[in-house]
Amino acid sequence: MKTAFSTLALLRPERPDEALALLRDGPLTPIAGGTDLYVALNAGLCPSRRFVDLSRLKAWRGIAATKDGGLRIGALTTFAQIRDDKRVARALPALCAAAREIGGVQIQNRATVGGNLANASPAADSAPVLLAADAELELASTAGVRRVPLGEFFVAYRHTALRADELIQAVLIPPQPGPSFFRKVGTRAANAISKVVFAGVRAARPRIALGSVGPVPLRAKRAEAALAAGADLESAVDALQQDIAPIDDLRSTAEYRRFVAAGLLRQFWQQTGGRRPAPSRRR
Amino acid sequence: MGKASTRAGSVGRSVPRLEGAAKVDGRARYVDDLSFPGMLHGRTIRAPHACGRLRSVRLGPGGLPLGLVVVGPRDIPGDNVIAVIEDDQPALAWGEIRHAEEPVLLLAHADREALFAVPAEVEMIPGAPVFDPLASPRVFKHIRIARGDAGAALRKAPVVVEGEYRTGAQEHVYIEPNGVIAVPENGGITVHGSLQCPHYVHKALCRLLKLPADKVRVVQTETGGGFGGKEDYPSVIAGHAALLALKARRPVKIVYDRAEDMRATTKRHPSIVRLRTGFSRDGALLAIEAEVVMDGGAYVTLSPVVLSRGVLHATGPYRCPAVAIDGRVVMTNTPPNGAFRGFGAPQTQFAIEAHMDRCAEQLGIDPVKLREKNAFRPGDVTATGQKLPKDTSALPVLREAVRRSDFHRKRKAWAGTGKGIGLALFFHGSGFTGAGEVRLASRASLELTAKGARILVGSTEIGQGTRTMLAQIVADTLRWPLSAIEVAPADTGLVPDSGPTVASRTCMIVGAILQRAARELKHKLGRLTPTQYLARHGALVVTKQYEKPAEIHWDEERYKGDAYGTYAWGCDVVELEVDPVTREVRPLKLTAVQEIGKAIHPGHSRGQIEGGSAQGLGWALSEEVVMRDGKMANAQLTNYMMPTTKDTPEFDVAILEQAYRHGPFGAKGVGELPMDGPAPAVVNALRHAGFDVREVPATPERLLKCASR
Ligand SMILES: Cc1cc2nc3c(=O)[nH]c(=O)nc-3n(C[C@H](O)[C@H](O)[C@H](O)COP(=O)(O)OP(=O)(O)OC[C@H]3O[C@@H](n4cnc5c(N)ncnc54)[C@H](O)[C@@H]3O)c2cc1C
Repeated sequence: MKTAFSTLALLRPERPDEALALLRDGPLTPIAGGTDLYVALNAGLCPSRRFVDLSRLKAWRGIAATKDGGLRIGALTTFAQIRDDKRVARALPALCAAAREIGGVQIQNRATVGGNLANASPAADSAPVLLAADAELELASTAGVRRVPLGEFFVAYRHTALRADELIQAVLIPPQPGPSFFRKVGTRAANAISKVVFAGVRAARPRIALGSVGPVPLRAKRAEAALAAGADLESAVDALQQDIAPIDDLRSTAEYRRFVAAGLLRQFWQQTGGRRPAPSRRR
Repeated sequence: MGKASTRAGSVGRSVPRLEGAAKVDGRARYVDDLSFPGMLHGRTIRAPHACGRLRSVRLGPGGLPLGLVVVGPRDIPGDNVIAVIEDDQPALAWGEIRHAEEPVLLLAHADREALFAVPAEVEMIPGAPVFDPLASPRVFKHIRIARGDAGAALRKAPVVVEGEYRTGAQEHVYIEPNGVIAVPENGGITVHGSLQCPHYVHKALCRLLKLPADKVRVVQTETGGGFGGKEDYPSVIAGHAALLALKARRPVKIVYDRAEDMRATTKRHPSIVRLRTGFSRDGALLAIEAEVVMDGGAYVTLSPVVLSRGVLHATGPYRCPAVAIDGRVVMTNTPPNGAFRGFGAPQTQFAIEAHMDRCAEQLGIDPVKLREKNAFRPGDVTATGQKLPKDTSALPVLREAVRRSDFHRKRKAWAGTGKGIGLALFFHGSGFTGAGEVRLASRASLELTAKGARILVGSTEIGQGTRTMLAQIVADTLRWPLSAIEVAPADTGLVPDSGPTVASRTCMIVGAILQRAARELKHKLGRLTPTQYLARHGALVVTKQYEKPAEIHWDEERYKGDAYGTYAWGCDVVELEVDPVTREVRPLKLTAVQEIGKAIHPGHSRGQIEGGSAQGLGWALSEEVVMRDGKMANAQLTNYMMPTTKDTPEFDVAILEQAYRHGPFGAKGVGELPMDGPAPAVVNALRHAGFDVREVPATPERLLKCASR
């Protein structure tokens, strides 16, 4: 552990309003499952010294159906909970598929959906599914709660619309117009960071999102528009290449990411083409 | 010592591992579990650039913590070298820096956090580094092997096939990183550590600290894996801890975290092998020309012997009348590459086995038939002129692997389906190369105890089952139950030098020495029980030394003769599937048929084969050391993609046994053999699936680039 642990302070509020009040008087770094923060602390790369532990905020943990037929997932809900939840499996099976492939079982037991989004890695595996699902976030502060579409949440590389005094409280998922698809490509079957992660919802106006192909998880607007306009699949594949801006890095190459992104769009389109909602991702 | 159990014997049975329960329930003590009164923690300050001259090392700005111990090159009492082969590597670099992460200064403090909070700035005048081994101006070792006139034979051969094959570096990823504690005591130093070869460390410390042998003691702690990565490196980290401890006059612990371990310690040598082979039209091998280049990294360390094993396996398990092998290991400005399971042989056998499938294709001959035609038989002569013994099992392993895997049917049925099946035939010399065992002159002792006997060897248990296996050999030789045998800790103050725990030698060589000791002990006891003997005659310790079998000869000058006492043999068949969308390769099944003389402990032998095969699959498919400016850029397990249990396929392991006359109960080595087969079998399966790939790891990115056939 490169960070001097004895120099860190940890506040442990019991209720959301306490947490928000502490945060207002900040600066404080929230910690939920700690699966991202501990990596940074271990490497000595986390500048924060004061933390607020969210793990006791029970009100923000759990999954509920909403009146409009969608889902509300508390920010502290773990991927193990999401993975095993029947309502999620019915409403947005791609999200269960994503949860099943985040880290390994041990990580899924601790990692939260709020942490995954707030951490804002371009490779965050839940982000493309939630983007394709047109999800919104509830951002809470002592001033109240505001709703932000997830598409507006990721501002720049590892930067979000979250203010320093705000916390993600919940993720809102509207009812989905068609079958969903998810596929993560990380080369290793578990504990792999995505080289490309792809999610789609098949509908008259299809929704497509990807991770690890640009500075933020992104919606493939040009490809979506092409498909909505009835263009053939290969034109949509060409359009997709303009939506994404992959780079060469430690894990893969831009060339490979473009190749895979194209293949995944084809696979999504072919698998969700039939009448039955296609099973999400199985190789 | 009941009669019933004596008759059954333990050799050939998968008895419980001697230290198994302690490892499972947590009693086993690894180095980081240990603490000593007054102990400090150590930290290594390292060079930031791959080469150049060291200008200064500055600590601060800001006050330094009280009690900080600082050790620089001037504090070294002896020679500033890590004694291995050529002694060119300094313990602490001063003028010239040859690789990034090279140690330049050592710090110690009681408070670990305060220690790591000390700012340290290393200033260098950067030089021009060399990373491409083909561009290296400096050859560490050059070896040539010649049999017949390969050039002439190639000119005359009706079919000539050429190719270049490359393999990448590989990280050991032992579960426990390198770590030691140095304790000043009795006017000298004792080092406790996670290591494979206590006597190597002992020798290096004597030289570095200018201490007589009896003032240096090295004790192996329970060790979480080695794979060669704790053969040479522990001499470095032990030297550092010892220097700090002697200056501080207090115990000093250095345990690397995963990132430091991956960045600073050794890797498998990357290789480039160029082959030209000549065949008759019906596939008889007429000539092999091989050029082998290995990347040694910044210092010589063990590179000459890695190269040696590499070139000695470069023809693969094939008879060939004309052979010319030219091997060199060269310097580059990366951390030194070192020992890793297989020790050069996986690299060269990758090349020849990937090459053989291309030859089969060009000759229009089935790859199994081509191998059958050319595989070594007993009595055949190798490139160095060694006449192969009776236990030469290339054909039996090949035939059994082909049969078990239903190779021919799948080969036909899968054509054009995205699935592929490929095989590799390989061998591995057991024990040290050439005259190595004679030079080592290993010793092993047995001490009579009231309960039975205690084994005293410098050989280490690093997870592979050494303790259990040696105890089985001794128990059965004495015809005593296994419970009568104990194994002393690998402590240089207690045990003789049995040579390093490397080179697939511990069972075959040290086991055989112990067997002779056991026979003598039994003879001395006569009809007395141990208790009676001890009461009547007092203590009894029998020590035996390695004796070279009379028929083994080696000429180091000319590289001629019996390169190894004997060989273990293997054939792997890999079945896999390539995802058309992602080019990800999923291994479906690995059939491993391996002939190892005698499986003293079948469970542990199978464990070696499955584990070695998994390690081989990682090297073949996903494990890539990404170097940037001479530094490992993916020094985390997140980004260094070692396979998990979800990535490894079903294993079908079959062990064949052809006794080696000088091995205990006929045993040869099994530790390294399994590493040789998976990579070429994978590449051959990929070729079958339509990918012409000649380099590992065959990552999806690489498969995308290589021509789909
Ligand atoms: C071995 C391993 C494997 C992994 N594999 C994957 C993977 O396959 N896919 C993947 O996407 N990720 C993976 N991760 C990353 C990580 O597990 C996820 O991003 C996880 O969802 C983070 O959630 P957490 O609760 O642990 O976040 P924490 O580490 O607690 O926090 C992460 C960040 O979010 C902030 N934060 C947390 N909760 C809130 C909130 N409610 N409001 C505002 N800010 C908040 C924190 O301040 C911090 O900046 C892996 C991590 C590890 C260690």
